[in-house]
Amino acid sequence: MKVSIFSTCLVDLMTPNVGIAMVEVLERLGCEIDHPASQVCCGQPAYNSGYLEDSRLAMKNMMLAFEHSDYVVGPSGSCIAMFHEYPKIFKGDPNWELKAIALKEKAYEFTQFIVRVLGVTDVGASLEGTATYHRSCHMTRLLGERETPFQLLEQVQGLQLEPLKNSDNCCGFGGTFSVKMPEISGQMVDEKCGCVVDTGADILISADMGCLLNIGGRLSRKGEPVKIMHIAEVLNQQNTAAKGGSPT
Amino acid sequence: MSLQTDKREFNERTTDGIGNPFMRNAVSSAQDSLKTRRLTAAASLGDWEQWRTLGQQIRQHTLKHLDYYLGQLADNIEKKGGHIYFAKTKEEASDYIRDIIVKKKAKKIVKSKSMVTEEIEMNHVLMEAGCELIETDLGEYILQMDDWDPPSHIVAPALHKDRTQIQSVFTEKLGYTGDESPENLARFARTVLRQKFLEADVGITGCNFAVANLGAINLVTNEGNGDLTAAIPKTHIAVMGMERIVPTLEEMEVLDNLLCRSAVGQKLTSYISVIGPSASGETDGPEDFHLVVVDNGRSDILGSEFNEALQCIRCGACLNVCPVYRHIGGHAYGSIYPGPIGAVITPLLGGYDDYKELPFASSLCAACTDVCPVKIPLHEQLILHRQKIVKEKRTGAVERLQMKTAGRLLSSRVLFGKALRFANPASRLLSRHGRIVRGPELVRGWINTRDLSQPVKQQDSFRAWLDKRKGGAGQ
Repeated sequence: MKVSIFSTCLVDLMTPNVGIAMVEVLERLGCEIDHPASQVCCGQPAYNSGYLEDSRLAMKNMMLAFEHSDYVVGPSGSCIAMFHEYPKIFKGDPNWELKAIALKEKAYEFTQFIVRVLGVTDVGASLEGTATYHRSCHMTRLLGERETPFQLLEQVQGLQLEPLKNSDNCCGFGGTFSVKMPEISGQMVDEKCGCVVDTGADILISADMGCLLNIGGRLSRKGEPVKIMHIAEVLNQQNTAAKGGSPT
Repeated sequence: MSLQTDKREFNERTTDGIGNPFMRNAVSSAQDSLKTRRLTAAASLGDWEQWRTLGQQIRQHTLKHLDYYLGQLADNIEKKGGHIYFAKTKEEASDYIRDIIVKKKAKKIVKSKSMVTEEIEMNHVLMEAGCELIETDLGEYILQMDDWDPPSHIVAPALHKDRTQIQSVFTEKLGYTGDESPENLARFARTVLRQKFLEADVGITGCNFAVANLGAINLVTNEGNGDLTAAIPKTHIAVMGMERIVPTLEEMEVLDNLLCRSAVGQKLTSYISVIGPSASGETDGPEDFHLVVVDNGRSDILGSEFNEALQCIRCGACLNVCPVYRHIGGHAYGSIYPGPIGAVITPLLGGYDDYKELPFASSLCAACTDVCPVKIPLHEQLILHRQKIVKEKRTGAVERLQMKTAGRLLSSRVLFGKALRFANPASRLLSRHGRIVRGPELVRGWINTRDLSQPVKQQDSFRAWLDKRKGGAGQ
């Protein structure tokens, strides 16, 4: 199966190891990977800030970049959810509406693709440790995917999952919200960190790097020893002890 | 009270909220317990999603045919001997109510909770006319006794206070001598209020929904104060926002089910009444019934891109799940309508000059959209507001330039590639031990409380890894 990787600008800029892990897991599952070079960003930061016209350029670029792909798979529920918004944004535009619908229909978040398209829940990963999982808002509510990360994590050998209190509450990232309203965002991430620490877990896992950079950044500033890992990194672990992945 | 409850800057109000442990504790415990209760109450209805869809359809249908249903409502109220008045502005609404009061030579007024009367500054107008006006909803009564402290929640106006604070308000203002138990505080208030109901010349209520084909209004309360306000005084004035209408009792039943479950996690509240002008021969109810239908900017929203905001049934569920409201509280919104729905409708009613920050006070987590019983796409409406604010050039020039630049950068691989090459060396100037410690305003808010590592070096990037791989999976 041919799969086009959407690496996202955060992974490109900050956490290449997440992209690498995603490629390695998908290849192990028999996928043939490509990475259309002209892709950049889904346009969400500008779109969510109200800069519709500025964000359209990025969106059009993405529709063209993936025009010939069969599947588009990205390590971010939030960015994939943004693809799902395109048909609404380009509704009635004769040049772009159909391209928007086409992209929406072939775009999957990484865990969603593995479970729902490949039909796999056990990717043969193993990782000793105790972890808790942060549901990102956009993946949960906009993309509507609540199940697949858990279906995959339950099969990871040696990994014990602890429930996270108030797991549906936003971590305070919200893209530009975190820099525009840092005081409120800071309170939100503080509460989230408290809930994470209360689980007693060594690792915090999520399917979105934005949330992980936010929560991880605060945990690190507070000197909490919890490691953050993107779910692609967890699923790429084999016979390893928990030592965390991404830098925070 | 008016729509605007606090004229200070948004940042000041927010800092105030964040620095108020009483309020934050009250709000977060209320949110946590209401969440469970709401889910249980929703589940007991069967397929909640289908009910939401039905609620949405009813609201959309009614809004689409609003002129028809308002006409039908007016005919039916007049047929039964009641009066209906359509007020275009808040001044018209308050003046009409004041004129009735003056004509009746009324001095004592009891009032049940109503957001729209706050919006039209009715209390102020009536008190200026020399009336004694008593709020009879327990929460509103507490706020009135506390020198008209503004409400902080749509359904639970005194949510920001704890029982100790309420005890001290009652002690100081009313000579209460009991303890801080909610039962004793409520019993005390009830005794005081009973007398007020009996003495009142006029009762003023809000209106959860007007029922068009009956010429009646629907009141939903847990304390029964709305019913007493409507039933005891000889004159009853009900005030409603123009959009708060249902065609028949059938739709009212659906919406009341959604309202009670969403607002307080109950299947129904203790009192759900349908009342209106007394039919001839009836011995109870008011002799004189007036319904004031308030526009105050609503017809401008009707049919606009914000039309869906008018679907709101004022359940407050969006406040009960909002992580931003959780930390800043209702007063920070500076409006009688706080929380996500407030961030949508307050700028529509009060304008961007005073409220341009509100649509940005959201992480767009969509918890509000998810919970709304009539499916208002709240987070999308916030984005629409942001688009208008940007279009009107109300955001800073620096931000506009940054977004324009970012828009170009993020739509071209060539430009983005150049930026990537530049990002790591540039960030080195701002970093210590691989962490960014200084920076432009854009990142300052973040790095004050959170660590942020440097962007990776070009040779360590994901693309570089792809390029290096044998077989050339990357391009």
